[in-house]
Amino acid sequence: MGTFHQDIEVAIPALRRYARALTRDAETADDLVQDTLVRALRSEHLFHGGDVRSWLYTILTNLNRNRLRSLSRRPTVMPIEDNDAPDAAGPEAGGRDIERALALLVDEQRTALLLVVLEGLTYREVADVQGVPIGTVMSRLARARVQIKTYLDGERPALRRIK
Amino acid sequence: MVDHNTTVTEDELHVYVDGELPADRREAVETWLSSHPDDAARVAAWRAQAEAIRARYGAVIHEPIPNRLALGKIMRNRRSWGTVAAAAAVAAFVIGGVAGWIARGASAAAPTTAELFTSDAIEAHKLYIGEVRHPIEVKAEEDHLLPWLSRRVGTTLRAPDLGAFDLKLLGGRLLPGVSGPAALFMYEGASGERFTIYCSRLNAARTAFRYDAQENFGAVHWIEGSYGWVISGPKDKDKLKAVASAAYDQLEKRIPSPSQGAAGQLISRRGS
Repeated sequence: MGTFHQDIEVAIPALRRYARALTRDAETADDLVQDTLVRALRSEHLFHGGDVRSWLYTILTNLNRNRLRSLSRRPTVMPIEDNDAPDAAGPEAGGRDIERALALLVDEQRTALLLVVLEGLTYREVADVQGVPIGTVMSRLARARVQIKTYLDGERPALRRIK
Repeated sequence: MVDHNTTVTEDELHVYVDGELPADRREAVETWLSSHPDDAARVAAWRAQAEAIRARYGAVIHEPIPNRLALGKIMRNRRSWGTVAAAAAVAAFVIGGVAGWIARGASAAAPTTAELFTSDAIEAHKLYIGEVRHPIEVKAEEDHLLPWLSRRVGTTLRAPDLGAFDLKLLGGRLLPGVSGPAALFMYEGASGERFTIYCSRLNAARTAFRYDAQENFGAVHWIEGSYGWVISGPKDKDKLKAVASAAYDQLEKRIPSPSQGAAGQLISRRGS
């Protein structure tokens, strides 16, 4: 009981980092983390042991997908990627480039890439979080990397968004 | 043992970059990279991407955690949300109506009532699964949920127990439908995935299970005894069918159908 809550608490900073990269917006990211924590606490009785951290990533990933699906039915709310104005005033232009590059990815690809390179999950763990075979995770990673490289190399690909 | 001269696949390069390559293969990849500059450049680019991502977001873990994410606070707050839900219900009712209406306008040439019904249900599903705090109007724990919805929809409603699929009933809400008030039950799984069951009176011919998919959503729907049912969820036909079968089996015991034989037929057709 105590450890369950402790395990959740310990994971909060990493969840915030993942959510921030996923949404590229601090408020939205913390909303997602908050909702994830609420879910996790409410579903404690459904947690059958295992890795709390992976489970939290799974919840957050699903909530974010719900969020994007909800947004996608209101096209006017879509241009998330255009508001790069006041964000954190990062001195490094590279930071904004990678941010834009991430914004271009299809959600599943962005999720897979961030879980691997930012959160340090193994392919196996990502496969569990996304509910797909490892091969699918690998092809998502590969496509994400090609997309980002193409973008950073300057040949901006046609915007590929979630419908 | 592994032949060091074999071609290194692109997959292997990713595995290498992500540090998951077994030690006995790492050397082979490094040898390969020293003689394949294009691959070496790709590997370098992927590493640079990962570095850029970590440089951009890595520091978030050192930021102070905002008060609203304190676990203790969240646990206390969970109890007080019920009061806000009532106000949200009014807004949700209006939004639900608009969404249904738009869906109606969007369906092409003169859709049938049954088609409108299904599209209303899917729209309601899409609208409410995205709601974080107010996905429902009345919680499952509240005793008046079923009597209230039953009275408004006009039949004795029951929310199927989907515990076998690890889905827990969150609660329900009332919505305007094509041919009368509709009930929407929402279920949630351990990882936040949501399913809804939509039901309303529908004067249309009985149908067996039908499956529709739209974007990322799937829905299994059927009409039985002047009532239409739609079960919506993530686009996974087999899972939805299994959930729908379980729901049907439970619902069919309560909702009087004109003839037992017809119900039996529905089951057997579904099974085939």
